[in-house]
Amino acid sequence: MRATAPRGAGVSAVTSHGRGGIPILANKPASGRGATLPNARSFRSAIALIAVAVCSLFLFGTAHAQDGDGEEAFSGTLRFGGEPVEGVRIAVTDTDGEPVGEAVSGADGKWRIALPGPGAYRATIDTDTLPEGVTLRDPERRTLEVTVTAGRSRPLIFALGEPASRGPTIGEKLAQAVLNGIKFGLIIAMCAIGLSLIFGLTGLINFAHGELVTLGAILAWYFNADTFGAPLILAGALAVLVAGAAGGGVEFSLLRPLRARRLGGFQFMVVTIGLSLLIRHVLLLFFGPDRERYVDYALQAEWTFGPFAVTPRDFTIMVLSAVILVAVAVFLQKARTGKAIRAVADNPDLAESSGIDVDRVILIVWVAGAALAAVGGVFFGSVEAVDWLMGFRLLLLMFAAVVLGGLGTAYGAMVGGLLIGLVTEVSTVWASPEIKSVFALGVLVLALLLRPQGLLGQRERIG
Amino acid sequence: MEFDVIFGNAARAGLGPQAAIFALAAIGLNLHFGYAGLLNFGQVGFMMLGAYGTAIMVATWGGSLWLGIPFGLGLCVAFALALGLPTLRLRSDYFAITTIAAAEILRLLIRSSPAVDVTGGPFGLQTIANSFYDLNFLPDGRFGWGTFTYSSNQLWVMLVAWILVILCSALVLGLIRSPWGRVVRAIREDEDAVLSLGKNTVAYKLQALVIGGVIGGLAGVIDALQQSGVGSENFEPQVTFFAWAALILGGLATTVGPVVGAMLFWFLREGVESFIRELSGQGWLPNALADFLDGAEGAISVALMGLGLVGLMALRPQGIFGRRRNLHLGT
Repeated sequence: MRATAPRGAGVSAVTSHGRGGIPILANKPASGRGATLPNARSFRSAIALIAVAVCSLFLFGTAHAQDGDGEEAFSGTLRFGGEPVEGVRIAVTDTDGEPVGEAVSGADGKWRIALPGPGAYRATIDTDTLPEGVTLRDPERRTLEVTVTAGRSRPLIFALGEPASRGPTIGEKLAQAVLNGIKFGLIIAMCAIGLSLIFGLTGLINFAHGELVTLGAILAWYFNADTFGAPLILAGALAVLVAGAAGGGVEFSLLRPLRARRLGGFQFMVVTIGLSLLIRHVLLLFFGPDRERYVDYALQAEWTFGPFAVTPRDFTIMVLSAVILVAVAVFLQKARTGKAIRAVADNPDLAESSGIDVDRVILIVWVAGAALAAVGGVFFGSVEAVDWLMGFRLLLLMFAAVVLGGLGTAYGAMVGGLLIGLVTEVSTVWASPEIKSVFALGVLVLALLLRPQGLLGQRERIG
Repeated sequence: MEFDVIFGNAARAGLGPQAAIFALAAIGLNLHFGYAGLLNFGQVGFMMLGAYGTAIMVATWGGSLWLGIPFGLGLCVAFALALGLPTLRLRSDYFAITTIAAAEILRLLIRSSPAVDVTGGPFGLQTIANSFYDLNFLPDGRFGWGTFTYSSNQLWVMLVAWILVILCSALVLGLIRSPWGRVVRAIREDEDAVLSLGKNTVAYKLQALVIGGVIGGLAGVIDALQQSGVGSENFEPQVTFFAWAALILGGLATTVGPVVGAMLFWFLREGVESFIRELSGQGWLPNALADFLDGAEGAISVALMGLGLVGLMALRPQGIFGRRRNLHLGT
């Protein structure tokens, strides 16, 4: 099948967060946005303005220019114990996995691969072509994902040699993985609350929920980028407001009128699939296929507490996430509207007949759910990177979280999100980080076999 | 603006092997959802298994292609059983979530580095279809006129693919009109009623899942033959959504719906892309707009497709050939 559009990095791009592993992203130049050409920069203000009016899909700005002056390249020298290594194959693909070029190291160990233009690429060393007895120092760094700026030739280092003598012990790795797992679990939980509540209220699986995450992250990036230059906290808050309004707009101007026309549940699902394709590819048009980082809090020294290492940024994000989740729980438990939400989720007809304005409750959940998803997006973008597919990748983990916790309940999404985060991260202690999402699905299947209503769901829900 | 070129490209895509591949995938989905009420969002997983099973047998294990194709389809049967047994007893929402997740997980596993020796990982597998093209009895050379010029091998793939589309359509039509099909459709309408008649509904649903999955696997096999190779980037979750879009456009629970839908889907998609390529080359456009459009046709066409799906649901949710009374089934 033909590739549909430039696609972002796969899971392999999600690098290790362990204290030992240097994230591959650190290879990016400090000014990550230098990856765009100057003529894109002049349109940045136009794009940012467009970003403010989220729904203005029909305005035009310009995407990242794709052609450079043809001088971009990867190059490097392979050495083992001071001697050059000849005949090793290195292949470069773009972030979709489409081959771009390959080279074989010469007698002096040197290799060079010309690139079609600036952007993000993956260079993979073919370890089968290494001579007998020669290995990569760090087998995990077989594939490097690197961004090349216009007109630059970028040296890549595939370090050959003995594996590093002593890494962190298994206990230290485990402690760090648990910490990372809690961090990601909190973010997944926050993103998934809206997904679960919308399902509980309207029976709709919202396939566009991941795009709300991406929308929040990308809007915050535009507000944070040099045209506006807003501090990330302000930029994030603005982005959350806009994303919340967008969620409310979808419910108010699209789904509510369609509900009045008595469409079936399947048709609503198709509507959200259409929305998901639409939003995702509009974001791709304006944001481009590259991964970007926020300007603020990008590089920080880690705090260490015993076996745990965490940057102040990540620590703040964890605390904020926990506070937000508790606040949501208190709201659902104590506030009038919160009680109404739970009532509608439990039995819409009964709730309506006892005087609750069901349409209003659904609208509130859409706004709040979208806003929470956007908060999750800003946090995730801060911890990792922002790209146009991040929400769609998270969506599968969110699905696993809500099914595990109990489809349709807010607390289920929280518990499920935390567990899914923990499982995926802890799995990296033993398994390749590329396949950590596989473990999330493993948990999902196990949950369906053993307790299909979910940890916090009620039996009758599974029908 | 060369509208004849745009139309030619679009029509070529609507008749091409891609359209036949999506028609097969959509025929499988139609059996799953249109007739049996199974919300399968992991059709791409079946396509991937069909394609990779074939390719692995040929490229990795050095076996025959004629062993590889049944092997790939056998993997589809296994996948359907593994997917269906735990989830078919549950509500359709759970099935939808499980299928989309399972297909994506399968893709991640296939492209992961531990699997590189078998699946080629991010590099994929190549040169697998020689025995298929050896069977080509069409004379060498080029056939057709203008945009519709095909090489002998292209024509051969299209011929086989469209014949398979016709055979699978006929198979599904025959199944649906058989006693088996009546039970399956009855399950879609009211599972409890069928249960009360003493039918093992889970077994029927599982059979429907297997058959539709194998038809999806056949789509993957054709794709692997057509490119004479496989790559994991061809099997992203989007592919399932596109197959659904084709099916919904044509009309659920109809025989011609998935086929016409797939042809129309590729016609429209290539038409839009071709139009944007033509447009961005026009001198009278402002530079900023031309730069924006340059190379953006893929994203724009998919975005418009999303918009089109929303519009279709709002204006004609039953698709072209569908019947309105079938709208509330299955969910």
